Amino acid sequence: MAKKVKEIIVNKEWCKGCGICVHFCPKKVLKLDKSNKAAVTDLDSCIGCKLCELRCPDFAIEVKFLDNEQS
Amino acid sequence: MKEKIKFVQGNEACVEGALYAGCNFFAGYPITPSTEIAELLAARLPQSGGKFIQMEDEIASMCAIIGASLTGSKTMTATSGPGFSLKQEAIGYAIMAEIPCVIANVQRGGPSTGTPTHVSQGDVMQARWGTHGDHAIVAMTASNIQDVFEITIEAFNIAETFRTPVILLFDEVVGHMREKLVIPEKEKLQVIERLRTSVPPGTDYHPYFPRKDGRLPMSDFGGEHRYNVTGLFHDMWGFPTDKPEIVHNLMRHLVDKIENDPKHICKTKQYFLEDAKTVLVSYGASARTALEIVNYSRMRDRKVGLLELQTIWPFPKEIVSKICNQAERVIVVEMNMGQVLELVRANVKNPEKVYLCNRYDGNLVNIDDVKNVLRVVEGRGI
Amino acid sequence: MPVKDYIRKRFFPHIWCPGCGHGIVLGGMLGAIEELGLKKKDVVMVSGIGCSSRIVGYVDFHTLHTLHGRALAFATGVKFSRPELNVIVPMGDGDATAIGGNHFIHACRRNINMTAIVMNNRIYGMTGGQFSPLSGPGIYATTAPYSSIDYDFDIVELARGSGATFVARTTVYHVNEVKDYIKKAIQHKGFSVVEILSQCPTYFGRKNKLKDVNEMLEYFKNNTTPVGSQAKKDNPNLIERGIFVQIQKEEYCDKYLNVIEAASKEVKG
Repeated sequence: MAKKVKEIIVNKEWCKGCGICVHFCPKKVLKLDKSNKAAVTDLDSCIGCKLCELRCPDFAIEVKFLDNEQS
Repeated sequence: MKEKIKFVQGNEACVEGALYAGCNFFAGYPITPSTEIAELLAARLPQSGGKFIQMEDEIASMCAIIGASLTGSKTMTATSGPGFSLKQEAIGYAIMAEIPCVIANVQRGGPSTGTPTHVSQGDVMQARWGTHGDHAIVAMTASNIQDVFEITIEAFNIAETFRTPVILLFDEVVGHMREKLVIPEKEKLQVIERLRTSVPPGTDYHPYFPRKDGRLPMSDFGGEHRYNVTGLFHDMWGFPTDKPEIVHNLMRHLVDKIENDPKHICKTKQYFLEDAKTVLVSYGASARTALEIVNYSRMRDRKVGLLELQTIWPFPKEIVSKICNQAERVIVVEMNMGQVLELVRANVKNPEKVYLCNRYDGNLVNIDDVKNVLRVVEGRGI
Repeated sequence: MPVKDYIRKRFFPHIWCPGCGHGIVLGGMLGAIEELGLKKKDVVMVSGIGCSSRIVGYVDFHTLHTLHGRALAFATGVKFSRPELNVIVPMGDGDATAIGGNHFIHACRRNINMTAIVMNNRIYGMTGGQFSPLSGPGIYATTAPYSSIDYDFDIVELARGSGATFVARTTVYHVNEVKDYIKKAIQHKGFSVVEILSQCPTYFGRKNKLKDVNEMLEYFKNNTTPVGSQAKKDNPNLIERGIFVQIQKEEYCDKYLNVIEAASKEVKG
């Protein structure tokens, strides 16, 4: 059963705007905002693969799930 | 353990001293004329569960004893000239990170490969300034086998007390000559154990915040307290910083803890100095020759005395200054081109009255060498 | 324990440039440690000098930031003195294979139970972009303005030939493999080496006309293949990823117990 994503938290203080999360998101959920930080544009499309969190060099992204299966 | 009497060479006396002091980790690399220290510890350490490792080079040996010391071991390495050069960077690390450890340098002739099997005392200044940057260092030496044993224990004690590397600046003659050694029963000589923190787990521990008495209690790697160790200037938790006030204060601390405590560190031996008109200043193997001359002169009613330095660094300038200023003339007896000579001259009122009797040809400075200089400076001709 | 509980948060954001691969290695490494359930007090992390070596400042273990190239020598002292500790040694490519090359091959040879992680971005970053022994010919760097003529090491072959008993390679693009291989390396009893191809967009990328960090990661994706795959046979230029060596051989600290036993018998005589 697919896990339902509750939210994607971006720590803007730590994000350096490298864009890895944006480029490699399979569903194009993320973009860089005006201040060049990662931002969520389309949470509903997120499939919870967590690749953005895992590939973020800055520990700036956290994908949270609804059913507490994984945090 | 009961008192034991042995007939050993200096390198073996160093090993006995290290074991008496509780050394339980040695990393080294073979090099003449210090190799016997490694060989003997390879046999002795595992007999009591200690660790011996032959590393791939001199640098690695120095690094390994620092790493092992951080886990709570009492560690040492041994080397000579070229190896001592290679270890300098890591010695600086141990100074900066305040890691107790002992480095024996059984001196041979240099520069470069030099005279590997012959004696020299040419590393006095290298011991002081071999690693880059401002710093303080402790270097000690001895002139006979019993003293080698005892000064080695002292080196470990100072390393633990001041959280610093200590250099044993022996030489080929002392390392290889054989004499009687009395190993006292355990606890007869003082052995200083590592001061460990009493800060309870879960409480903030500052590995680099000195107590009122200047000492810094340690916590072993693998223990409850986790902290950082670095060769960069660091704050009281060990984390890198380049804040000017922290850099300034750490530099002051590193130098002051050694330089401001001469009475605990500076050791000398004094022979017939009360009325000496001629004072010989010497150390290591050359002090043996100097002592012979003192005995010879005293038999002829000549007022010659010997100040034997056991601590070379920090240089015992107060003692040297006090004793030499009372004398009519001073002769520094050493096996280099005048490294301690310059130090003595810098610390007396009349530097023109400080003379040099030296050799740098790989031979022990002998009785005739000193006699000749003595006759000349006393105005008696050769 | 969540991965973030292993980091020293007060030092974040870290010093690495935007897009630097070292942060991804850090994440993978902590993921591995988390899955293994290692206690913080049982882990010692030892590093040398360079961008990569700053990794130890960010993790809440016993951390030892040493001298350029000497991390494995310090680590050997730690491990040999206290074999019960988990010793992990992250290094850069210059750190591990140029100035530290001798320590690297000898640590492999001894088979002492530690994990070396080579974060290979093929450049000296901290000093501003000089070529390393892993850059290879044809690479532009500040010290190779007309492109490098130096051949490169193959870490996997170097480690294998030197006697390492676990050798793996992957890239930061393959982030789950990073975690998986480091985990297996830590579990392995003996000397383990994990090479992780990482990107330095600031120096390697810029000097070598790679548009951005994403192009560098795309390179890892498109130019690597699992070890022994058909793709490698079809295109020998592909870099293989996977576990290349995994053998059991008596470990150094264990062997020293035999020395202690033999020596103790001698005393009892």
